[in-house]
Amino acid sequence: MPTTIHNEAAVAGIGQTAYSKKSGVSELSLATEAVRKAIDDAGLRPSDVDGLVTYTMDSSDEVEVARTVGIGDMTFWSKVNYGGGAAVGLVAHAAMAVATGMAKNVVVYRALNGRSGQRMGQGVSGQIISSDLIHWSWYMPFGLLTPASWIALQAKLYMEKYGATSEHLAHIAITQRMHAQNNPNAAMRGKPMTMDDYMNARMICEPLRLFDCCQEDDGGCALLITSAERAKDMKQKPAVIRAVTQASFEGQEQMTSFYREDLAALPEMELAAKIIYEQSGLGAKDIDAACLYDAFTPEILMQLEAFGFCGKGEAKDFVTADSLTLGGALPNNTHGGLLSEAYLHGVNNLAEGVRLIRGTSCNQPEGVDHVLVTSGVGVPTGAVIFGQV
Amino acid sequence: MNENDKKAFETQLRTFVGRPIGPPMTGRDPVNEPMIRQWCDAMGETHPAYLDAKAAKGTIHGEIKAPPTMLQAWVMEGWEMHEGYDEPKNEQHRLHKFLADHGYTGVLGTNTEENYTRYLRLGEQVTAETVIAEISDEKATGRGIGYFITTRTSFVNEKGEDIGSMSFRVLRYKPPAEAASAGGGAGKDGKSAAVAAKPTRIKPPMGQDNAWWWEKVAKENVLPIQRCTGCGKLRHPPRPMCDACGSQKWDSIAASGRGTIHTFTVIHYPQFPGYDYPIVSIIVDLEEGERMASTLVECKPEQVAIGMPVELLIHTDEDGFKIPFFRPAK
Ligand SMILES: [Zn+2]
Repeated sequence: MPTTIHNEAAVAGIGQTAYSKKSGVSELSLATEAVRKAIDDAGLRPSDVDGLVTYTMDSSDEVEVARTVGIGDMTFWSKVNYGGGAAVGLVAHAAMAVATGMAKNVVVYRALNGRSGQRMGQGVSGQIISSDLIHWSWYMPFGLLTPASWIALQAKLYMEKYGATSEHLAHIAITQRMHAQNNPNAAMRGKPMTMDDYMNARMICEPLRLFDCCQEDDGGCALLITSAERAKDMKQKPAVIRAVTQASFEGQEQMTSFYREDLAALPEMELAAKIIYEQSGLGAKDIDAACLYDAFTPEILMQLEAFGFCGKGEAKDFVTADSLTLGGALPNNTHGGLLSEAYLHGVNNLAEGVRLIRGTSCNQPEGVDHVLVTSGVGVPTGAVIFGQV
Repeated sequence: MNENDKKAFETQLRTFVGRPIGPPMTGRDPVNEPMIRQWCDAMGETHPAYLDAKAAKGTIHGEIKAPPTMLQAWVMEGWEMHEGYDEPKNEQHRLHKFLADHGYTGVLGTNTEENYTRYLRLGEQVTAETVIAEISDEKATGRGIGYFITTRTSFVNEKGEDIGSMSFRVLRYKPPAEAASAGGGAGKDGKSAAVAAKPTRIKPPMGQDNAWWWEKVAKENVLPIQRCTGCGKLRHPPRPMCDACGSQKWDSIAASGRGTIHTFTVIHYPQFPGYDYPIVSIIVDLEEGERMASTLVECKPEQVAIGMPVELLIHTDEDGFKIPFFRPAK
């Protein structure tokens, strides 16, 4: 039996639907299209799949997906909580299942009509009495109702503490928008952005302007995860999971961890970094490209520091040195990310991580051996390192 | 409603989804010139293709046609449609009465979408069939907690040809005063509830772990901080167990109301009904050592700063709801 998840599992297939503002079809239709494409991409049949993992927020249940796609017997399924914080968790659950033999081939998926259906940031809903809803009761009456408002509180403090400005945030947004211009699936393709465009956009929650915030989209995205051994004989070049973990840090709340010592840092991401570097034996210097979760631009600054790409407070200088561009020290979100490709709750960032290992990104840097992908920021989260066989 | 009642209620609510509201309804009159003329008068529509037989002859239709947006007018029930919520006569009425009987007495039309397949000709007989298409999960909205109900209507002519469709969405919600009286079940009829109150802020959903705090704010005009009676540790937001000593026993103290701003944001968008924008949202370091989220008032957004000393102000909304805010310290 393996004692760690290191090199035990791999991503062997990826699938995605078109990303749009109005899919015109059900979320189940999006989910099953993405799942089927991931299976086809791996060169498998639906009957080869025996496990499914998705988000607690996803409306397409595992058995509905299985019946629709023609997946037969299943021995493993699970759902991961906390919105975009779930993304890497899907990979972690699936990798554990294939590494322990609980399942052979697991598909993880997320599909949503995020623009035409139930939109994010429309206030908080749910059952009357749950610990989660009571948690929101400390924020909703005060008008703290949207992810932008919660993240802005942390971003304000971070920027004041380290002297980061709107220009620094703009660099991140503009770089990712530039990447999206080469991506046929990106919502923001054909809409390059200048510094003026960025600055002239309206203020949402200070310091966040419109283009500091990700979009809302309809679509589905899926990955097929199998053992590293089996992946070698499948159709695509495998993206081996060097390390993967979920991470929740002391004092964690869902988006509102305002009660910790230092709000200008992401201790759950620091925890994730520590674990994945330990598991893989790698360090920040070994990471060749990244897809850092980018629902809001300041999250990128804080993650660069949490994963050791630069020191505390130095991320602003790191991004202005064009480090996140193709020729830079850490090409980041080469597909455009959640800001400029689509908001698929982070699963599309995982798919890009796999493409970067395969060498098939629309903006492929040279010599990519290791890619870091992270989950939602401000929530219980996770991180994964993909590597070559 | 306790958890089981709530489950039973939700289960029964879901049974309405997919039901036609009743048999298909055929308009009282076929498409005719006088009704078109009256409708155009009421709407200020003056296009000759709808009003002038001679001019209409020159159009590709060769005769007067009905304005597409009149579609629903052909099947309106007339005055009768105002009746029926006390003694429901179709499934839509039954659904609304069911929700009203459980405290969801507020009604708000939220949006409608219409599709027109083609122009209607004189003499065509319109029939509409309406289905309860969707009922959302329970949502916390600016009006209060409630359900969005979507009905879809298909329109056909006497030959069964498709001539258009409509979806209509309403919010059926618990007005805050009734939501606060925990049980709901005011059982008002749909008519009086349709007069919507001025929107108010989203009220805190109340449970055993937080209701006491808001009640203390309301009754004692204080900012309570929960205190473990085992080891004396303060904690905010309140929780049912002390994370230091494991004790489930607690009381509370009244905060001094003095604090400093740890961080803040000025919220401009999106704007929800019941709040005044921009909102200066703050995280306050209370003098007692705990932190809380609140709102800063009596301060211009450009004057707020990290580290600014603030003092408590128990704010009372127009509907009587009390909430602890802060203002710059005097
Ligand atoms: Zn204690």
